[in-house]
Amino acid sequence: MKGDHHVILRVVAKALIPIIAMYGFYVHFHGEYSPGGGFQAGVILAVCVILYSLIFGIAPTMRAITPGFERFIGGLGFIIYVGVGFWALAMGGNFLEYDALFREEPGGHAGQHTGIIVIEIGVLFAVAGAMVTIFYAFAGRVSEIRDEDW
Amino acid sequence: MLEFVLERGNYWAIIGLMLIGLYIAFAATNLIKRLIGLGLFQTSIILFYTSLARIDNGTAPILFGKDYGKKKSHGDEYSGASDYSGDAAEHGSSGYEAAHNYAAEGLENVYSNPLPHVLMLTAIVVGVATLAVGLAIIVRIREAYGTVEADEIRAMDLEVAISEASSEAEESKAGAV
Amino acid sequence: MIEFIASLVPANLAAHSPALLVAVPMLMAPLAAFMPNGRLAWLMSIFATGFSLIMAMVLVTQVRSIEGGAIISYAMGGWVPDAGIEFRIDALNSMVLLLVSSIGFLAAIFSWPTVKAEIRDAKRAMFFATYLVCFCGLTGVASTGDAFNLFVFLEISSLATYALVALGASRDRRALPAAGNYLLMGTIGASFFVVGVGFLYAATGTLNMAELAVRLQGVPDNKAVLAGFAFITVGLGIKAAMFPLHQWLPNAYAYSPSFVTMFLAATATKVAIYALVRFLFTVFGLEFAFEGSTLIWILMPMGIAAMIACSFQAVFQTDVRRTLAYSSVAQVGYMLLGISIGTAAGVSAGMFHLVNHALIKGALFMALAGVVLTYQGTSLNDLKGLGRTSPWTMSAFAIAAVSLIGVPLTAGFQSKYALVNALFEHGWWWAVAVVMFSSLLAVVYMGRMLEAIFFRAPSNPNKRRQEAPLLILVPLWILAIANLWVGIQGGFVAGLADDAAAALFIGGAS
Repeated sequence: MKGDHHVILRVVAKALIPIIAMYGFYVHFHGEYSPGGGFQAGVILAVCVILYSLIFGIAPTMRAITPGFERFIGGLGFIIYVGVGFWALAMGGNFLEYDALFREEPGGHAGQHTGIIVIEIGVLFAVAGAMVTIFYAFAGRVSEIRDEDW
Repeated sequence: MLEFVLERGNYWAIIGLMLIGLYIAFAATNLIKRLIGLGLFQTSIILFYTSLARIDNGTAPILFGKDYGKKKSHGDEYSGASDYSGDAAEHGSSGYEAAHNYAAEGLENVYSNPLPHVLMLTAIVVGVATLAVGLAIIVRIREAYGTVEADEIRAMDLEVAISEASSEAEESKAGAV
Repeated sequence: MIEFIASLVPANLAAHSPALLVAVPMLMAPLAAFMPNGRLAWLMSIFATGFSLIMAMVLVTQVRSIEGGAIISYAMGGWVPDAGIEFRIDALNSMVLLLVSSIGFLAAIFSWPTVKAEIRDAKRAMFFATYLVCFCGLTGVASTGDAFNLFVFLEISSLATYALVALGASRDRRALPAAGNYLLMGTIGASFFVVGVGFLYAATGTLNMAELAVRLQGVPDNKAVLAGFAFITVGLGIKAAMFPLHQWLPNAYAYSPSFVTMFLAATATKVAIYALVRFLFTVFGLEFAFEGSTLIWILMPMGIAAMIACSFQAVFQTDVRRTLAYSSVAQVGYMLLGISIGTAAGVSAGMFHLVNHALIKGALFMALAGVVLTYQGTSLNDLKGLGRTSPWTMSAFAIAAVSLIGVPLTAGFQSKYALVNALFEHGWWWAVAVVMFSSLLAVVYMGRMLEAIFFRAPSNPNKRRQEAPLLILVPLWILAIANLWVGIQGGFVAGLADDAAAALFIGGAS
């Protein structure tokens, strides 16, 4: 971080990253009515973290959002997804049967709505966690490449 | 003949991409390039599926306009959609037929088939995961061997194997004595 | 016994057994990854695979409860099949599921000593999580009734497998190129499979395998179907290590951690063969696959070539695990030969051999894992004199070895006998000669090992050797006794295989 020749990048990134994150959440929660959903939103959220680390360095990013946390988020998302399946099972439906979630009468849609929203949150967590974990796994190794190899 | 070729331009492009990808995956000695070839191959498959899903004049498969709110039952929608895709894709230009079927279902607009797109969403995720695992393996290869060239790695392995075999022969001789 | 265990399962669990069989390992995998130490993760993997095993027993019981085999259909998410994903269990699935889950359970039990020796402490929890992902993928392949879903599960298991194979790098760095090669070949295979499924979807508009089978009858001479057929056969052939497409296998087996080798050898290629059989017989149907096309003239020569060429290659290896890996490809040849006959007896023999080979290779690699544990290498020299210092491990190894050769009173004999019978029935007497010749080659390469183990002095007496720990010995002897039991009283497994073949032929006719 010597000199000021990255100052524009830093300023622009600081302004952009919250907007990107917000856009990620927009894509996620608007996924019910338009193209979007957990996959895309997860990647966009992961892009925030990756962009931050590209500009401010990998070490500060890892301090802010630790690799362990990202791994936890990734696993948690997966558990949420499968958990909905087991929730439906516990309520007497088939695996992942949203209609069974609240044991509602035929024609009710609360189960469908809740089911897909919870599932998408699981996907969001899993994708965001996995993408950042993958990024950390590669970016975190940079120091191991010796100088003469460049 | 020319018409036959031109009508199926997308398939020719897909076949071309597929073969290029496959060739790179096998012929390149650089492991990263192999992965790039693999990626190209997988991308051509995504193109293949999405071009199967196309229906003439079809739009994104999200109900809009007068169609919105018409069909509440999800099950019907799905089983309906899967029926059309067949004839739609079988001969690329018969999308009209499918469109008419759609109209018979009481829909105003023509929608393309969403199922292949959903499938490819999954395939993209699988592709990303494969790429990540592949790159991780290559990083480890780089650390263990100091190179990512397949032929150099093979030469090193061969050396190790030869020295192992000779030391083994000695050992067994010693055992016999 | 299976019926008794299945009868203990409460009815509401039993009703969801197809989903639970796959979902419980799937849920346990991320949970295991969170565990602070490897031992807890190991216990969780035992629990998950054990639970799957019980569910598989329930399924087998349910399928066998009706004469001729019931078909259990489970609609994922309550979507009606064809619209949604269906898990469809018939006699063939239930057999493969029982095989995979019981091997997976035994492998999970035996894994701890070898994992402790070969995997770093910090990675053990993740290792077991990866194992559970692999296991869940394999069971998913074996239970799904949806062609694309099959691809997804195939890739889930394969990706986990690549990572597991690469972990062998802590012992031998050659594991890494082996894993890379496996990844390349495996991904191309899976991609070919997807292209094939795409063609079928284009021609029929469905992905459900049962529905595909019905609709494919309506489009007999479609070029797209033929292309899809070719793509699917080649793609699954790569995954199953069909003869010319097996180049990834020997290195992957030879350098991966010994636990992984054991699990892969006993399950991964078997599941791929199951998928191939499922597509050949159920989806395309007997007529299309065997009479309408020239497939029989591809499968049969490939099977025979594998039996001869790979047995020869096995003879000339110095590393025991490579020998067994080549032998695996040769055994895949037996199965393909049985399948290519295209009669119920032939398919039944192929399936019977599939189960037996899983038992044999599972036992062999498990015993070798014990050798690796006390003695780092697995070359032929390392085996010398082991028969005296670790009689229990090595006698189990010997039982599995003679079973691989096909000595009477062992499992290998039973299935080879069934295969030879099927070949005679079909009039392929010359193929019988090939089977005999290949078995002779097996005598040579297994004989070298047995000779080294029991009749040679240790090449380096200073190295410390001892019996494998109890955690290895118990599952090892279960497998060894299973070999003998199937060999002496093969009725149960043979019955499963017969039912499986019958289910295929009924399904193909409809």
